[in-house]
Amino acid sequence: MRLPSLPIAPALVRQPGATHGWRVAGATVASVAIALALSAGLIAWTGDSPIASARAIYDGSVASQDAWTTTLLYVAPLLLVAVGSCISSSAGVFNIGQEGQVMIGALTGAWVGLRLAISGPVLLVLVALAAAVGGAMWAGLCALMHRTRGVNVVVSTLLMTFIAAQVVSYAVNTSWFLQESRMNGGLVSSESNQLPSAARLGSFGHYPDLRINGGLIIALVAAAVVALLLARSRWGFRLRLRGLNPRVAQHAGVRVVALGAIALMISGAFAGLAGMVLLTTPVGTNRLQPNISGNIGWDGLLVALVARQRPVVAIPVALLFGALRSGGGFLAATGVPPYLVDVVKSLLVLAFVLPGVLVTMLDRRTRAASSTRSVTSRAVVTNEVVA
Amino acid sequence: MSAADNAATILSSGVRLSVPLALAACGEYVAERAGAMNISVEAMMLGAAFTSVAAASATGSATIGLLVGLATGMLVAMIHGNLAHRAEVNPFVVGLVLNVLVLGLTSYLITTSTFAPHQVAQLSVPGLREIPVIGQPLFVERWPAYLLVLIVPLTWWLVERSRWGLELRAVGEYPQAADLTGIRVNRRRRQALLWCGALAGLGGAYLAVAEVGSFNQNMTAGRGYIVIAAVIFGGWRLGRTLLGCALFGLADAMRLALPALGVTLNSEFLIAAPYLLALLAMLLFTTQHREPRALAQPFERGSV
Repeated sequence: MRLPSLPIAPALVRQPGATHGWRVAGATVASVAIALALSAGLIAWTGDSPIASARAIYDGSVASQDAWTTTLLYVAPLLLVAVGSCISSSAGVFNIGQEGQVMIGALTGAWVGLRLAISGPVLLVLVALAAAVGGAMWAGLCALMHRTRGVNVVVSTLLMTFIAAQVVSYAVNTSWFLQESRMNGGLVSSESNQLPSAARLGSFGHYPDLRINGGLIIALVAAAVVALLLARSRWGFRLRLRGLNPRVAQHAGVRVVALGAIALMISGAFAGLAGMVLLTTPVGTNRLQPNISGNIGWDGLLVALVARQRPVVAIPVALLFGALRSGGGFLAATGVPPYLVDVVKSLLVLAFVLPGVLVTMLDRRTRAASSTRSVTSRAVVTNEVVA
Repeated sequence: MSAADNAATILSSGVRLSVPLALAACGEYVAERAGAMNISVEAMMLGAAFTSVAAASATGSATIGLLVGLATGMLVAMIHGNLAHRAEVNPFVVGLVLNVLVLGLTSYLITTSTFAPHQVAQLSVPGLREIPVIGQPLFVERWPAYLLVLIVPLTWWLVERSRWGLELRAVGEYPQAADLTGIRVNRRRRQALLWCGALAGLGGAYLAVAEVGSFNQNMTAGRGYIVIAAVIFGGWRLGRTLLGCALFGLADAMRLALPALGVTLNSEFLIAAPYLLALLAMLLFTTQHREPRALAQPFERGSV
């Protein structure tokens, strides 16, 4: 008797060949070279010097301790968003609303930071908590809509991002909410008051210019803890099982719906924390502004996707993205529009993502071709026996 | 100005803002019915807006610009289709990356080059344009707007009545079954994307060489996402999707016009309205309001 086969996720069954990793690595080197060559071609085509542009990005991102300081300031929120995204993607819940969750996290963080009259480090902790809860709730709304009305999470997280942008814009344009307080009838801008110094994340560093901000420490600790949880804990195993095959997970006793909602909310909480980092570190002006996120949410999502849901791999990828961001600021001085950084960034993402997928696809094609051949030869043998 | 004049002003600006949305929505509708949710519709529109202006400036003909825009939309669709539905990269990654890429590329190129403004001709329907209030807004348009009269029924026929459309819907609902009956799932999705790219490209080009006449940085400003919201709002039905486009275009027109009329209405609310309405529609009408079952699920042969 044949047992009915359980639907097992292909990822558990597929055994990539021994050469797979090497071929992917080789293809990645080639595709990154192509991506950089294309970017250089674009700069040369518009009449600027690719070498000077590369030099400017290098100078602005990693050439000096000062540049490193700026780069690392960007790395922290990028990494936080990416780590959260690793959790939800591992559970098979695709959250693409980080950009909105970052903004809402910054909003709730700013509200607590400006409204609570507490001094000392307690305030900072409360701001961080509020930001995480804000992001988690914003994502939780999507989980709730999925649970009660079956609304597709991908669709709702995407839509909620644009709503979040307007909520923040409303907050900083409304006097009773978070708009800058009026000073003697002067003009007020669309931003909140500056956070009190107790609600800002400090930096430390012994070197003349290299200052490590507390946000980076939070992000690195988060990455390490999440990596451990995902790889080693029972909870992480359930999460990955759910992501690989929810039906198998259900049969194994995993509470699939609740776990998915929790994963989505944790992902939102990390995005909210990233919003708090943007709000409380010297990366910005320590005020809530309509564009406070500045695409950190989208970029963080891309970091996680390039790192393929591995929090530890996300660290160097976030470093690359952060370096591109801080280097972009230096481009303007050379006369090359800073938008170039977006082009380079997107080409690099493709260069990192594509080789793995292509090699897998080619492997599958060759395997499919060889398995068809073996089936036909077996058929021939059977026919001969029958004859 | 009388109330009728005000209404006509808002209406005509609403119609003009709705046309690019409606064009692109006809495309996105087809793609989503095939299960291919592409958020790169923003990239298609923005890229097309840029190349249409560049081509119009180079050739001196806005019509050629329009065609080049259409081709650009198809090019972006081809890239998206091959990455997401041949190489099987996650379609949202592809969409996000393409949006960043096209936004960066067009912003970069527009700051390093200048283009002469060109605009296609206006066409008004004699007789009908004399109707009070709605005559001017509806029947005095840049001529590509009237293409909708052809495109909308054609899109409907393609999806609902042709064999291609039947297979397309099967691919969107149950790709494994469609695959077993011999339909090439990913190829069908790539074809749907090409249709989407052509129409989104036309919509973006319409915005650039028909309405505005020039290109400015991030010209589409998230209109692609509004198109996606319209398809969701419409419950993946063509008629309601177009109704959504009209509503969202009107909301945009009101946001622009109301301050001049002395009415204070929350502009943030009006900007968020398309997304709120799309969410509300999904929350309220769950029984008839159902996405294609395989929406946004990549198809891989032999997987479960």
